[in-house]
Amino acid sequence: MASALQTRAPAPPGNPDPVIDMTGISITFPGVKALDGVDFRMFPGEVHSLMGENGAGKSTLIKALTGVYSIDAGTIAMQGRQVTFSGPAQAQAAGIATVYQEVNLLGNLTVAENVMLGREPHRLGGINWRATRRRAKEILQRLHLDIDPNSLLNSHSLAVQQLVAIARALDVDASVLILDEPTSSLDAEEVAELFRVIRDLADAGVAILFVSHFLDQVYEISDRLTVLRNGRLVGEYLTDELLRIDLVQAMIGKELSTLEDLENRKRSSEAGGASSVPAFLSAHGIARKGAVAPIDLTIAPGEVVGLAGLLGSGRTEIARLLGGIDHCDAGTIQVNGKPLKLRTPRQAIAHRIAYSSENRRSEGIVDELSVRDNIILALQADRGWFRPIPKRRQDELAQSYIDTLSIRTPDADALVRNLSGGNQQKVLLARWLAIAPRLLILDEPTRGIDVGAKAEIQKLVVSLAENGMSVLFISAELEEVLRLSHRIIVLRDRRMVADLPNENLDLDALLALIAEGSEADEQAGVTS
Amino acid sequence: MSGFFTRALSNRLFWPVVMLVALLVVNAVAVPGFFSITINADGHLFGSLIDILRNGAPTLIIAVGMTLVIATRGIDLSVGAICAIAGAVACSIILDSPDPGGLWTVTVAVATALALSLVLGLWNGFLVAVLGIQPIIATLVLMTAGRGIAMLITEGQILTVESAPFKFLGSGFIVGIPVAVIIGAVLFSLAALLTRRTALGLLIESVGINPEASRQAGVRARGLLFTVYGFCALAAGIAGLILTANQTAADANNTGLFIELDAILAVVIGGTSLNGGRYSLVGTLVGALVIQTLVTTVYTVGIPPIATMVFKAAVVTAVCLLQSPTTNAAFARWRDKLAAGRRVPAEAVAK
Repeated sequence: MASALQTRAPAPPGNPDPVIDMTGISITFPGVKALDGVDFRMFPGEVHSLMGENGAGKSTLIKALTGVYSIDAGTIAMQGRQVTFSGPAQAQAAGIATVYQEVNLLGNLTVAENVMLGREPHRLGGINWRATRRRAKEILQRLHLDIDPNSLLNSHSLAVQQLVAIARALDVDASVLILDEPTSSLDAEEVAELFRVIRDLADAGVAILFVSHFLDQVYEISDRLTVLRNGRLVGEYLTDELLRIDLVQAMIGKELSTLEDLENRKRSSEAGGASSVPAFLSAHGIARKGAVAPIDLTIAPGEVVGLAGLLGSGRTEIARLLGGIDHCDAGTIQVNGKPLKLRTPRQAIAHRIAYSSENRRSEGIVDELSVRDNIILALQADRGWFRPIPKRRQDELAQSYIDTLSIRTPDADALVRNLSGGNQQKVLLARWLAIAPRLLILDEPTRGIDVGAKAEIQKLVVSLAENGMSVLFISAELEEVLRLSHRIIVLRDRRMVADLPNENLDLDALLALIAEGSEADEQAGVTS
Repeated sequence: MSGFFTRALSNRLFWPVVMLVALLVVNAVAVPGFFSITINADGHLFGSLIDILRNGAPTLIIAVGMTLVIATRGIDLSVGAICAIAGAVACSIILDSPDPGGLWTVTVAVATALALSLVLGLWNGFLVAVLGIQPIIATLVLMTAGRGIAMLITEGQILTVESAPFKFLGSGFIVGIPVAVIIGAVLFSLAALLTRRTALGLLIESVGINPEASRQAGVRARGLLFTVYGFCALAAGIAGLILTANQTAADANNTGLFIELDAILAVVIGGTSLNGGRYSLVGTLVGALVIQTLVTTVYTVGIPPIATMVFKAAVVTAVCLLQSPTTNAAFARWRDKLAAGRRVPAEAVAK
């Protein structure tokens, strides 16, 4: 390919040899050229961010490097020697440690077993459990993670599980550490903690490949950036020399003014949204033991209500109650003024309340079914099995959502499993939109997806609300919550601490509310 | 031609069909006239192929039910025991009746046996769907207990019945075609229509692939599980009646013995994964035919009885190897190479 024409940043001072040097990498999947002549290199002691939209080829490039995919063309050199990995185990043995985007651990084993799996210390032909636990504890302490190595992994939060995954990768004596979206489920403090660990490792000479959709984090941690777009290399840059706006442009290949637009549209619709229409849904004192303390909440038609709070503050738990996923121990819910007992998601859907889970892979998509089947699933389940949606209508539905949400897929028959994360998210959104919900509950709809798709989803939320749909919007990115919501409910420690219109609210004010009353360091740890 | 070949190769039914054809060819070579079908004096179709269809019908009937159960990530080990119970119930009713040869008696006997089978299937469904017991354990209960129940019904005897209408189920003919084959064909078509013309198939696959995502999408897994376990047991009851009628005797210990394993095997040969999800009833049909043809082959080729099991194992291993993901990946690479070879000249022309 014409890689010589692309920008390439100078090597770091001292001109060390790259530890990883990939040239001309191409990989083709059925119907998609996932990578097309991509060059990529990593230097020891540097944090290198791989940037790009969904489907740009980031995950594919990582899997090419770690031997998960075999490459169709190109070469990979490690420390100057050409290598071919026929599987992740070989790459790992060669010193490439990887933490994948989705937590890939065994929830029904203990923390220690997860950290040490496959390399437990042995004694007398059996596993030395005491040494295994001790070693695991040491590694966890390096991450300042004070948990019992003997506890089951499932008993910990997603954030802790993520750190355990990193602990597991760290145990390998690695010269390259790959972190694919390591921060997407971490709160600010945990991110700061992780970054400290990453810095330590880089100082020790480890080359770190960092993938994140949070631009702030990328700018905070990386020394070098490589940008991919549609499976091709855009360029390699030094972070200090690349303006954010230029980075975003390099990633999406066009000017991004939709966000400014959005701001204006939301403001203009606010006048209408805030008027005193009767609430679509109102909940009084709903609670669930161990999950949410009693709260009151109302949502009017056409209103976007944001739930803001740290990870574990009860955001998701409230959303699950309203979506019928879990049921309330106490309190009442009224829909259109009529009381409603929500016991199953099915009942919620029958009342046109849709909950889009934050766990896209485990609770959202049905990965071995086609894009079409995934899109019609909820609608079909609601109609009942004996009233199938006619084939032609199915095709029309699928195609119209593929077009309007610009889902990148060869066709409606493609398995959802083969789509990139952002496109899977769009398929999931299409499933909920297909039932024509009156209340759409979006739990982290933009997590782990790129800037372009993010903007599209945000735009969609605004226009859905303009058309009278109520939206309950949850995101760890407070900027996003602020940008989209008419009203914001602030949660802390599973309690509602504020419910206020989004007027004259800025990030600092919101952070103050989230942190209100607690230690000041909680606020200081947040990157804004 | 080669385009057709590469497409056929990518079909998951390719290897089972090849195996079936290969077995048929072996038979045809060993027994001249293997493919010939004649009409005998009674107007009945007659021939080795008809035998394969007739003897394979009970396995097919059960395998159809098993396919749907497996598609939900389940398994039903109790089908063999249900066969025995259905046969025992029908025979004991016929024996106790003053008119064993009467059509009404046989109708009551068959209806009672099938109703009981359905109840047993719903029991399995209850254990799996409501109590959340793992399917292999839940159905193991009835697998072991079921033969005991059949034994109680027959009071430990082999019940031999003389009843023409009942015998008709196992060895009768309608317009020259064996009744068992007709029942099999009807049940197969019914299952195919019911799951593919409605949304039942989609919902079953969805629950099998991702139960929690399906629940959140409003799919009622509980009802589906009751349906598939009930249907599977009903199919087992029908198969049990055919087997019993064919022998004109109910044997609590041996009717349908190990038929659950043949049924599971037929499903697996047909390309439906034991992990649940996507299923293929046509695949199951091919699988059931492969198994029955294999049994026939053992006799026609004259493999000594002591080597029968080894022979069967070898063929099954071959089919499983051909279907393994590793082998398939190798074939996929080969196919891509073939396809690439064809595409290059085409592009050159375009330029």
